[in-house]
Amino acid sequence: MTQTDDILSVDGLSVSYATPTGTLRAVRDVSFTIGRGEIVGLVGESGCGKSTLMQSILRLLPGAARIEGGAIRLSGEDLAHAPKKRMRQLLGDRISVVFQDPMETLNPVLTVGRQMIDIQHRSRESRAAKRARAVAMLKRVKIPDAETKIDSYPHEFSGGMRQRVAIAMALMAEPDLLVADEPTTALDATLEIATIDLLRELQEEIGCAILFITHHLGVVAELCDRIDIMYAGALVESGPTMEVFRDPRHPYTQLLFACDPAQIAEQRRHLPSIPGSLPDLIDLPQGCIFAGRCPRAEDRCRTEAPAPRAAGGSEQVRCHFADAPRLEVPA
Amino acid sequence: MLSYGLKRLGLSVAVVVIVIAALFVMIYAVPGDPARVALGPRASDALVAELRARLGLDLPIWSQILRFYGSILQGDLGRDVISGAPVLKVILAQLPDTLRLVGGAMLVAVVPGIVLGVISATHRGSAIDRLTSVLSVSVMAVPSFVIAIYLLLIFSINLGWFPAIGAGQGFWDVAHRLVLPSLALGLAWIGYTARILRASMLEVTGQSHVRTARAFGISDRRIMYDYVLRIAILPTITVLGLGIGQMLSGAVFAEIVFGRPGIGKLVYDAILARNYPVVTGTVLFTTVFFVAVNLAADLLIAWLDPRVRHDLAH
Repeated sequence: MTQTDDILSVDGLSVSYATPTGTLRAVRDVSFTIGRGEIVGLVGESGCGKSTLMQSILRLLPGAARIEGGAIRLSGEDLAHAPKKRMRQLLGDRISVVFQDPMETLNPVLTVGRQMIDIQHRSRESRAAKRARAVAMLKRVKIPDAETKIDSYPHEFSGGMRQRVAIAMALMAEPDLLVADEPTTALDATLEIATIDLLRELQEEIGCAILFITHHLGVVAELCDRIDIMYAGALVESGPTMEVFRDPRHPYTQLLFACDPAQIAEQRRHLPSIPGSLPDLIDLPQGCIFAGRCPRAEDRCRTEAPAPRAAGGSEQVRCHFADAPRLEVPA
Repeated sequence: MLSYGLKRLGLSVAVVVIVIAALFVMIYAVPGDPARVALGPRASDALVAELRARLGLDLPIWSQILRFYGSILQGDLGRDVISGAPVLKVILAQLPDTLRLVGGAMLVAVVPGIVLGVISATHRGSAIDRLTSVLSVSVMAVPSFVIAIYLLLIFSINLGWFPAIGAGQGFWDVAHRLVLPSLALGLAWIGYTARILRASMLEVTGQSHVRTARAFGISDRRIMYDYVLRIAILPTITVLGLGIGQMLSGAVFAEIVFGRPGIGKLVYDAILARNYPVVTGTVLFTTVFFVAVNLAADLLIAWLDPRVRHDLAH
């Protein structure tokens, strides 16, 4: 895929937080691209930096966070250093976002209609026209009785419906890129499937690219064209979903897949997990970031950080032993 | 909303009923016979007994309370022991001055309080934020009658900008004479309002729906006024509703210091003279006023916050 076809390209991005005990390097040298109309899954456990990455793309980082280096390009335009005013033009127009908890992400004292009209602040149309567009969009996300429901407050919707409202708000402007931050995590399984189906359907109609942030591997397998796996602030493996799922090359990816409850066929007393804990991101270990927990780690891994390289079906693997046979995971 | 209003109204009436009963018990517990005090030490026992009967002081306390409830329903609050005028008329004559004073004090508290609160929250850590925080604590620490006396010394006596005493005649004179007492009563509340609003705005700003609004490129100004302030103002309304009570009790001092007529002055004089019908009438009025203001505050909150309405309906 050529550079111009990419909607989003993140290149060598590093983000850190100033904390009382030192600089916490939450995201380090992360590079990936999202092609036009592509759905990319960003996977990792809590604290791996995926939220920081998302907030950097939207430039909604908290005050203590700083983009240390690298570039974030939306169709070639650098967002990492874009002025605030420019970001305000792009947000909700060319980049939209759906957040995790639909109960908290809508304003509780304003009607859904009012909020859907407010986000059309770039348009010079009449209020009635904006309202009509909002009703039409609510119908597209299958809100029953949208004409009346639009005047309801968020708490008057069910959880699943609220998330569909959030999706309607995000896609109303037909953005080039939708950032979905764990949009189905707060929903139960049936609603999760319905929401994923709805997202896919709308994505096909609108043709937007989606960056889907989740820790649910099943959703990625179901929905995404590509997968990027993050561990402790670094991108450890990325490639086409099918290839990576068939033959993961990074030991972390292999262990992550082995620990996915959906992958486990027989009944067990204990679910498998990866022993050890995340490294200290203030005082980073030398060498590979995963070395402390990796069953394959050798002396070289503890002294020398691996550079990303292609291995198997994956395009980027940060491991010295990317071509080694797959790990046997003990039951 | 309507059933909520009715329920709250019922509760308010209950509060008034209880306050009156408590007041009677307190008067009963105070040593000294009101009839004796009113008539003076040289009055004959027969005369005292007659006045006691007229005031209903010879009845058991519960019967006095019930009788008082009965007369309230008929719009009769008894007669001023000293002047003989109906208490209702005496109070209504004094009420406007006190209402103006409390209204003025509210204005002093609310307008700068909200402006400073919003500025402190939006410019956190700025010079104006820190100054507001320091000044509000200092002003809150000083009792309002001390502030009243200093205001008098500085602005009336030294600078001569404002008359020292009296309520005045005609709109401009009244407004002019209202400035110092309103400041004395309201000044402490500026800082209080500002601090509560600031804290509440910062809390709301951290909620995720504000992040959503930002993620849609809505301007900071719009977010602050339409998305944050609307929620953040709610606790401030409750606190100010309760603050009315504080201001009413502060009004007693302000009216005495500034030589103003009003409910505060009236009740002060009535207590000294053991003029109990006026005391009970005044307390009844201030209680009703306080309860009504808080009822209004709660209804305002329910009107502003659909979640409250929702909880009420379920």
